[in-house]
Amino acid sequence: MLPFCFEWVWDLGHVLFIGGLLFAPIGILGAGLTYCAVKAAYETINDSGESHH
Amino acid sequence: MKQEHNKAHKFGMVIDLDKCTGCGSCMVSCMSENNVPFKDDESDKKKSITWMRVYKLTNGKSFPDTEIVYMPRPCQHCGGKGDHGHSPCVSVCPATATDYGYDTGIVSQIYTRCFGCRYCMGACPYHARYFNWWDPKWPEGMEKYLSPDVSPRMRGIVEKCSFCYHRYQAARDQAYAEGDKDNIPEENYQTACTTACPAGAIVFGDLNNPEHKVHQIVKPDPHPDPRNKHVVGKSRNPKVFRLLERLGTNTKVYYLSDREWVRKQGDNYLEGEWDKIKNHHGDTSHG
Amino acid sequence: MDSALIPEGAKRCSFPKFYMGIAVVGAVVLWGLLAWGLIYWKGLNQTNMNDYYGFALWIWADLAVIAVGGGAFFTGLLKYIFKIDELKNIINFAVIIGFICYSSALLILAIDIGQPLRGWFIFWHANVHSMLTEVAFCLSFYFAVLTIEFIPNILENRQANKVSFFHHLAHNMHGIMVIFAATGAALSFFHQGSLGGVAGVMFGRPFSFREHLNIWPYTFFLFTWSAAAFWPCFTLLVTKITETITGKKLVGDKTVHLLSKIAGWMITSYIIAKIIDTIYWATVTAPSLGFKWTHFYSNNALYGKWMLFTELILCGVLPGVLLIMKSTRENSKLRLLAIILGVIGVCLNRWVMVLQVMAVPVMPFDTWALYIPSWQEMATTILPVAYGIILIALTYRYLPVFPQEQELNYPVEEEAVDEPVVAPAAEPVAATE
Repeated sequence: MLPFCFEWVWDLGHVLFIGGLLFAPIGILGAGLTYCAVKAAYETINDSGESHH
Repeated sequence: MKQEHNKAHKFGMVIDLDKCTGCGSCMVSCMSENNVPFKDDESDKKKSITWMRVYKLTNGKSFPDTEIVYMPRPCQHCGGKGDHGHSPCVSVCPATATDYGYDTGIVSQIYTRCFGCRYCMGACPYHARYFNWWDPKWPEGMEKYLSPDVSPRMRGIVEKCSFCYHRYQAARDQAYAEGDKDNIPEENYQTACTTACPAGAIVFGDLNNPEHKVHQIVKPDPHPDPRNKHVVGKSRNPKVFRLLERLGTNTKVYYLSDREWVRKQGDNYLEGEWDKIKNHHGDTSHG
Repeated sequence: MDSALIPEGAKRCSFPKFYMGIAVVGAVVLWGLLAWGLIYWKGLNQTNMNDYYGFALWIWADLAVIAVGGGAFFTGLLKYIFKIDELKNIINFAVIIGFICYSSALLILAIDIGQPLRGWFIFWHANVHSMLTEVAFCLSFYFAVLTIEFIPNILENRQANKVSFFHHLAHNMHGIMVIFAATGAALSFFHQGSLGGVAGVMFGRPFSFREHLNIWPYTFFLFTWSAAAFWPCFTLLVTKITETITGKKLVGDKTVHLLSKIAGWMITSYIIAKIIDTIYWATVTAPSLGFKWTHFYSNNALYGKWMLFTELILCGVLPGVLLIMKSTRENSKLRLLAIILGVIGVCLNRWVMVLQVMAVPVMPFDTWALYIPSWQEMATTILPVAYGIILIALTYRYLPVFPQEQELNYPVEEEAVDEPVVAPAAEPVAATE
């Protein structure tokens, strides 16, 4: 459920529940995984760069 | 006993168990009105869909003192604890597929929203909710008799009595057309079971409207029961009771009987408890 | 044949022998898949559920696997937050068991719902008042956390680790694992509790209904507590089974004793709380609704007082005491007895909170309803067990799961071999670096 959709209500239940148990985990897990993947890709490119020289 | 006419309706019924003969007309009319499908084998009653189900109760005594009563049980349209609209089923549905109508007091079921988790069925102590274990089927030719006002239900979802909500919609449309949208005359909105009952045992109407017969019979107490704050709308009529009232479900289906043993069947009581509280009716019912 | 995939220095059975075993369990998986197919094709009429038993064997299985599979969360919590380093010897395995349990739970839920294609409605049209919504949210995301915790272990496979990107990815994931673990801990706390809340909030069902602390019924806390108490029993039981099948010692006694001790104290404290809750329910809650507590344990063929005794005393107090006392805890036979009783106890509790709730008549003129699952229900419930066995077998064969395997089984060989073979297998996967 997204904020501003027709069923959304701006009350504590929706903000805490949907925010805390849906968007927060998506955000944390998504950001964490992206960070790991991007860093790994960067390091992989650096590795191959080093091996050429 | 004056009461303000609330704008919000609170539809409910009272069933006179002393009049009910157990003929089953209410069940048949309900199934026909609401497009309840057929099954090849209807012998397993725990898998049959009967929005309105008639239970047979006895006083447990042997002949010649045996007495029998038939108790029709539609969905009780609970208002939940304190009558705030958090019915046992509505509060647990994870996808908001069943909802409480604050303007009508009717508990709805949104068939296209339900994904069939059946939590509502577990939460309902009245077994008023039914699951579509099979694809809906009608004998050949009979599909022509389906009501166009009620959508048939697909396999894998829950359904239940809606107090013939489509009839409410029709009555409301009529009221709009006639220019008095707040006034739905009693006779314009009646459920199929009410109109089909040959004994006239079922009375349906707006519990909030003192002009309606159901209100006059039930005389619902608008204040919480001082003995149990969760209970609201307790009847001030000593012959009227509700099913499992002590749980705080606050049903909108009331039952009426002259017989004490019948009234006692409406709820669970510890030993000796019934005698103490059997004469307790809505405490604020003075004047 | 597959030796290039097996961790260096580890000894595994021959390729044909291993896959013969997998094939046998695979047959059970196929049986389960057949039942699953039938259920999706023909509908839930393939089960013996009915309008009295909307919740039945599957929901029990869900609750049970999540209760016993809580090990990954608690091991992570104890290791990262409480810094109990000894648990590094079992954390990989706990994560794998957790992964199996949670994927099984999601699988069963996917079979259980009447309209599987609408499963996403629980997220899109969420009712924030429903305990089941909370369960679905936390369960799904916690499963995601478990997958994230499991991935580095998979990437440490000898061949996968040769790929530079995978090597770095696994390393980076180790690096921030504490963030994932903390997120998982929060989610896990909530869904263990909300699973208990599922039964506790049903105020139309006096057998399961409990008074609330704010919005949470007591069952919310009891479920979290019991999962925290009984997971070591299941983790130790699966470890013991794995050790018996492989013929190797995989986890050191020190770790086993520590886990047993944790279980002992947690079970005992939980069971005290549970007994208090039961007494309060029997003497206050149920009577206030018009029921004598014996109503729920009489006039039927199955649910008697013996069930209450078995759950609370035989499979609660007894294993708790056996695991608290050093002499019995360190006696392998008595410990095994205690952990088996513990696993039975928590599964029985979940059974009671689902099946007995449905069985009890609430309206005075209603009757007890008993139920026997159909073969399709049983097959789809055994399916995850078979899948779990296969996954454990595969991970044991190809991944460095048990850091102590080398030192416990081939302590002499270390000197005999030239290369340092211990290192790859000894790295605890979910450890922060």
